[in-house]
Amino acid sequence: MGMLQNAVNWLLGRDQRGAWELHEEMRERQLEQMLIPTWEEGESGPRMLLNMGPQHPSTHGVLRLFLELEGERVVRVEPDIGFLHTGIEKTFEYKKYEQGVTLTPRTDYLSNVFNTWAYCMAVEKLLEVEIPPRAEYVRVIMGELQRISSHLVWLGTHALDIGAMSVFLYAFREREMILDIFEMVTGARMMMSYFRPGGLAWDIPDGFEEVVASFIDLMPSRIDEYEALLTNNPIWRERTQGVGVVDAETAMAMSVTGPILRATGVAWDLRKAMPYSVYSEFEFDVPVGTHGDVFDRYRVRMQEMRESIKIIRQALDKLPGGPHRVDNHKVAPPPKEEIYLSMEALIHHFKLWTEGMLVPPGEAYAAIEGPRGEIGFYVVSDGSARPYRVHMRSPSFNNLQIISHMAEGGLVADLIAIIASLDPVLGEIDR
Amino acid sequence: MDRTDIETTTEPTTADLVRETFGEAVLDITERLGETTITLTPKALPDVARWLRDERGFEMCVDVTAADFPQDKERFRVVYHLLSLSRRERVRLAVRVGGKKPTVPTLTTVWPGVNFCEREVYDMFGVHFEGHPNLKRILMPEDWDGHPLRKDYPLGYEPVQFTHNFEEIDAKKPYAKS
Repeated sequence: MGMLQNAVNWLLGRDQRGAWELHEEMRERQLEQMLIPTWEEGESGPRMLLNMGPQHPSTHGVLRLFLELEGERVVRVEPDIGFLHTGIEKTFEYKKYEQGVTLTPRTDYLSNVFNTWAYCMAVEKLLEVEIPPRAEYVRVIMGELQRISSHLVWLGTHALDIGAMSVFLYAFREREMILDIFEMVTGARMMMSYFRPGGLAWDIPDGFEEVVASFIDLMPSRIDEYEALLTNNPIWRERTQGVGVVDAETAMAMSVTGPILRATGVAWDLRKAMPYSVYSEFEFDVPVGTHGDVFDRYRVRMQEMRESIKIIRQALDKLPGGPHRVDNHKVAPPPKEEIYLSMEALIHHFKLWTEGMLVPPGEAYAAIEGPRGEIGFYVVSDGSARPYRVHMRSPSFNNLQIISHMAEGGLVADLIAIIASLDPVLGEIDR
Repeated sequence: MDRTDIETTTEPTTADLVRETFGEAVLDITERLGETTITLTPKALPDVARWLRDERGFEMCVDVTAADFPQDKERFRVVYHLLSLSRRERVRLAVRVGGKKPTVPTLTTVWPGVNFCEREVYDMFGVHFEGHPNLKRILMPEDWDGHPLRKDYPLGYEPVQFTHNFEEIDAKKPYAKS
């Protein structure tokens, strides 16, 4: 704003300084903020201090990286984050528990179902309610569809960053089908807010099962298409194999979770290791890599999409009937028909929508396996209808730290491949 | 889990072992909603953390966060969520700190991955981590005043700037001029 305002002022003739003085002043400021590359003497020749981002097409959002370069080689990388900070954790404290649901998708817009899911699980843990099986199964189906769509965005942008543009168009074709399913169920394509503490907002519509079944019948052949484009492509292999290598010990010490950890050979998937929801009822494998490089992360995510399809197929087969929300009217509103006939139901309805649900005091941490790793919600309640403190453990935030380990000593061009393989979502990092 | 299950297990839990090993440093142990919370004195934190990592296989500290209770003398409660991949177990460590400059020893020496998390807690609550290699603001601008997630920090808002109130709002925002 400041720089622009200066320019506007100058154009309007309010500022009496000449163009040259203004130019000098702006240049000085840009140097201060490292917007212009500068040089300093290193051990083996001059070092370039370069600012990458915050507006850079391959940083997947508003990520700024300070780079120290010796020629083409990266000596130091330091991420600078916070450009998308909106204070969501503060906002939570001023919203009722039900209202908090709508904040969760705004953090990670690519895996918004998972954020809502983890938040609802933490609140349900505090409330000590068990949600009905139908709601659990629908959550699993929606979650796994979201995992596929999130991985498709990663695949498309990853390939686009390295220069394989056509994959992006293929990946977004299938993502559109998933978003259409989401629109059919929730009316929204991105910010769904479909899960509520105690179950789902409403039941799935008629025809949902057929649409999902036809999608999962189609999807394996489409994944084959992406693999045909990339897996044995010599340029793709050249750009990804042996790049950004990290070993299992470092990854664990740096709190890295999700596909990046699995690519180092650690078979750690919360769905399998510490099953939540109804995941213990499904048969699926946890794909792992061996080298921990960009290529292994690619293989792990591609395999994960296939496993997600397996889970959705089993969940559709087993999808039980019954209610989609708990029968506890302190948590979920009573059905509309009852409100007209029953005094109790009317009171519950009124209390719930004015006062909100009262959550017993205590603290709870619920974690689930999101597309990028462990998504955790830590909720502290003081017994009122608004949370005392909500903290989101976002996987990208912790995963981003490892970028220095991966990129230092490599080439600048490899840094682009590494950022893409980390699959960061800056909305979730900054919250 | 049935009650009989709890009684027949002979293996001591992590919380019991921590109490056995560190004695007075453990202020409180609670088991609630299937979660174990061990409250410690801030001084003992690095030793307990290192012991948990080496002896009980807690390879990962997934999260560090805090909560502010301004009515208490030790107003900040810093919590660490630890995860053991080999034992499939979670434990929460908690410390209470207060005073003019609340200080907790850093755990970056045990798990380097808590670097960003501790910076976030410093940024949001103003809790200092002694020995942290790079303790500076992470999400807020570096010259920001105050710590937003403290309870005495008010919820602010940004007025929208239009042509009719441009000057008025511009005068209120010295920080927006770079």
